[in-house]
Amino acid sequence: MTSYLEFEKPVAALEARIAELRAIADNGDLDIAQELQRLERKSADLLETTYANLSPWQKTQVARHPQRPHFRDYVAEMFDDFMPLGGDRLYGEDEAILGGFATLNGRKVMLIGHEKGHDTQSRIRHNFGMGKPEGYRKAIRLMELAGRFELPVVTLVDTSGAFPGIEAEERGQAEAIARSTEACLGLPVPMVATIVGEGGSGGAVALASAERVLMLENAVYSVISPEGCASILWRTGEKAPAAAEAMKVTAQDLAELGVIDRIVKEPIGGAHRDPKTTAANLSAAISEELDALSQMDSGQLKLMREERFLAIGRF
Amino acid sequence: MSWLNRVRNSLPFGSKRETSDHLWTKCPNCSQMIFSKEYEENLYVCPRCDYHGRIGADARLNQLLDAGYDLLAQPVVKEDPLKFRDSKRYTDRLKQARAKSAHNDAFSVGAGTIEGRKAVVGVQDFMFMAGSMGMAVGEAFCQGAERALRDRSAYIVVTAAGGARMQEGILSLMQMPKATVMTRRLREAGLPYIVVLSDPTTGGVTASYAMLGDVQIAEPGALIGFAGQRVIQETIREQLPDGFQRAEYLHKHGMVDRVVHRKDLRSELATILDYLQPAHAA
Ligand SMILES: [Zn+2]
Repeated sequence: MTSYLEFEKPVAALEARIAELRAIADNGDLDIAQELQRLERKSADLLETTYANLSPWQKTQVARHPQRPHFRDYVAEMFDDFMPLGGDRLYGEDEAILGGFATLNGRKVMLIGHEKGHDTQSRIRHNFGMGKPEGYRKAIRLMELAGRFELPVVTLVDTSGAFPGIEAEERGQAEAIARSTEACLGLPVPMVATIVGEGGSGGAVALASAERVLMLENAVYSVISPEGCASILWRTGEKAPAAAEAMKVTAQDLAELGVIDRIVKEPIGGAHRDPKTTAANLSAAISEELDALSQMDSGQLKLMREERFLAIGRF
Repeated sequence: MSWLNRVRNSLPFGSKRETSDHLWTKCPNCSQMIFSKEYEENLYVCPRCDYHGRIGADARLNQLLDAGYDLLAQPVVKEDPLKFRDSKRYTDRLKQARAKSAHNDAFSVGAGTIEGRKAVVGVQDFMFMAGSMGMAVGEAFCQGAERALRDRSAYIVVTAAGGARMQEGILSLMQMPKATVMTRRLREAGLPYIVVLSDPTTGGVTASYAMLGDVQIAEPGALIGFAGQRVIQETIREQLPDGFQRAEYLHKHGMVDRVVHRKDLRSELATILDYLQPAHAA
């Protein structure tokens, strides 16, 4: 069952009508078959135009879609194997951020990313993808390991933000994020980060300070959630659509600003309509990037990474 | 404000705008009325309750650095890159902030000496748009670090910020890795990087350069954290512990080295600089 977003209602109505007709079309009625064909074309066109014209706020909804593929789905679809590695050796294991050895099109990599979960139980287990200090410290540990054994680092970023909680603060959420960003910047191996869903603030940057930053077509990446921005600057969360517009959160806007390097196509109607194709597109894009980066030595990689961030704000 | 006034106001000494026009200042903590002159001479610390008040960039630089330091020119960055507008235009908010400040943005850098020891000092000014980190702040931070690299001196940064400057969207977020590039370069060059956390330091500033110091100092009572208290309360729906996210609380949880009274800050920094002599580059 597809779950529809508010702006997809017209598509939902058409698709419901198509399903109804299909149920009675089995008797070979030619009129019904023709009507079905017409409606299917209409529905496909409508989906295409709807998705070609998504507002930043609508994209935010797509990026947060409950059925959008998450870390585990990409692991299953894209990687030949995955051996999760756990714990930060300091406090605990945080399942909001997963990581471990993985093989991408025959290439051994260190894979790290946020996992949001897909139902109530797994969402709680993964804390809705909101990392705690131990999650970021695990990421640091895995990045350092990758650096020592020359494994390229691939990250999949998908978080509304780092977890805001008492214990997270007590254990140094800010320091953990800062050190994780620092670990990215110091990697002597290639790093390719992809924002696959939500890139929420510092919790995203900590895994996205790479020399190549990709974004799925309907992903969003921002300094604060549109709701948060609206409640501070407009003093009402209801202005979230305006905040999403003003902050420039879409892949297309960020590519124009030079903050991301590449947009990875999603199937029409969003990644959740066809996770397999989404994963195939992503796999090809990351592999291409890694191919190019593998030609560079560690000094060149670090310099490229540093220059990309230093250039932001300079003319 | 004419350019002449702006130049005059950006001079390190006698910048009128940081001096209260009022004869008396009320302590925000204990409500004691303090003779403004006395408050200023006491480095904006309440003589009765020791409350550490907010202090402007120039007053801070003047306190920490020996007289005759070099005030770095403010960097020129792309202004209002997103053409951002909420209830007000971002450009208007900037204009307002500049009218009230001696500086162009929220981060100022002085290069000189602290009790004779070479140092570059960066100061974030909460009174300028809540000290928020945008491209100008990030760039000024980096230029301060570059100056320290060139002079082979320590880099000391006094932080104060509500977080990132939302009006610059993702470009403000990108200042986190940008500043971190420079803290790494200081380390690679064998130069000390010292952070003084002042009230308040929160959000993306805390989660980048404010937590990466070789030595972390906090001013008494300073609010320091990643997430805002309201956000935490809305998420976990629990009472926050007493003193949560205050300097002393962070010290107790191992997040800062020392909590230092403002009157002792200059001499403490001098002592630290004696121990952390620039090492040979790694
Ligand atoms: Zn007082």
